[in-house]
Amino acid sequence: MSKVRGAVVIDTEACKGCNLCVVACPTDVLKLHEHVNLKGYNPAYPANHDACTGCKICALVCPDMCFTVYQYKPEKSA
Amino acid sequence: MTTSVLTPEEIIKKGKVVFKKTKLINDVPLSYCPGCGHGVAHRILMEVVEEMGIWEDTIGVAPVGCSVLAYDFMNIDMQQAAHGRAPAVATGIKRVYPEKYVFTYQGDGDLAAIGTAETIHACNRGENIVIIFINNGIYGMTGGQMAPTTLEGMRSSTSPYGRMVQTMGYPIKITEMVAMLPGVAYATRQAVHEAKYVRKAKNAIKKAFENQRDKKGTSIIEIVSNCNSGWKLSPVEANKWLDENMLDYFPLGDIKK
Ligand SMILES: Cc1ncc(C[n+]2csc(CCOP(=O)(O)OP(=O)(O)O)c2C)c(N)n1
Ligand code: SF4
Ligand code: SF4
Ligand code: SF4
Repeated sequence: MSKVRGAVVIDTEACKGCNLCVVACPTDVLKLHEHVNLKGYNPAYPANHDACTGCKICALVCPDMCFTVYQYKPEKSA
Repeated sequence: MTTSVLTPEEIIKKGKVVFKKTKLINDVPLSYCPGCGHGVAHRILMEVVEEMGIWEDTIGVAPVGCSVLAYDFMNIDMQQAAHGRAPAVATGIKRVYPEKYVFTYQGDGDLAAIGTAETIHACNRGENIVIIFINNGIYGMTGGQMAPTTLEGMRSSTSPYGRMVQTMGYPIKITEMVAMLPGVAYATRQAVHEAKYVRKAKNAIKKAFENQRDKKGTSIIEIVSNCNSGWKLSPVEANKWLDENMLDYFPLGDIKK
């Protein structure tokens, strides 16, 4: 089975904890952290990272440009 | 059956970068409230400029309003204009540098209230510029006062019982108004509160810059956005409210193309 996998890196200090990425992610990867960053916001983090597909939806809705998104497509074995 | 055993760290190492922040947005904290649509609008605008390879030939005009500091965030040449006067300033810049790409970035208080005359006359002259118009239905920066775009019944700090059209008039659809002017090549209304709308809005901005390249006249892109602080809602609630209330009166799509 070849499954597209994704991963995100979040700029935790730029994050303002708005929660928009959390509700937008179709596979419920993201959550807000219980601890705050230096600005006092609860930053987003990939709590369920294995479910990420690299679809970029989080990055498209994030107003603070916190996301870098990676995608890995395994070679299809015949 | 093979299970997917890659860890996120391995995916980051082996995989492709499918999204990263455009280099045309500076690495400074944006001054906007959490969840404000201005950030998304800034990003797609700068992504278009980057993808078209025109960053050395693009001059932006920032407004008065929450995006007054847009020149700090966008890594291109920019000028700041007095409240509402961005289309007049952009007119001057474009006429001195006709080969440059010139855009304005304005809120609804800026573009549709104090700057109504500049907006209409720049469009009527068919100035070959791009106007990015962020409609969040309110004056964000100054504390959520009623704007010409505030919906009927919508509460603001100066319409605490809701906008009453009998005394305060109707929300103005300025993009439809200027669309009827022959100088306007392209008038469209977009949004940025969901990924599918963000993609469409970016395409619209690209088309507007292509129009300017092809000397077609004025292109205006309205972006229906949120002001969660002014609306006194959380960012997620504000986007839901926008979706359920703003889009009936301000329907999305091309008005003139
Ligand atoms: C000549 C002048 N009049 C009034 C103001 C005060 N003022 C600053 S921002 C603003 C409204 C901005 O609202 P909008 O354009 O909708 O932008 P937003 O902040 O919502 O993004 C006003 C009235 C000013 N700076 N200059
Ligand atoms: S890339 Fe897609 S799946 Fe991964 S965290 Fe973002 S929205 Fe969720
Ligand atoms: S959308 Fe961006 S700023 Fe908002 S919580 Fe997610 S990462 Fe943070
Ligand atoms: S006041 Fe409103 S428009 Fe201004 S940054 Fe905050 S949410 Fe955005």
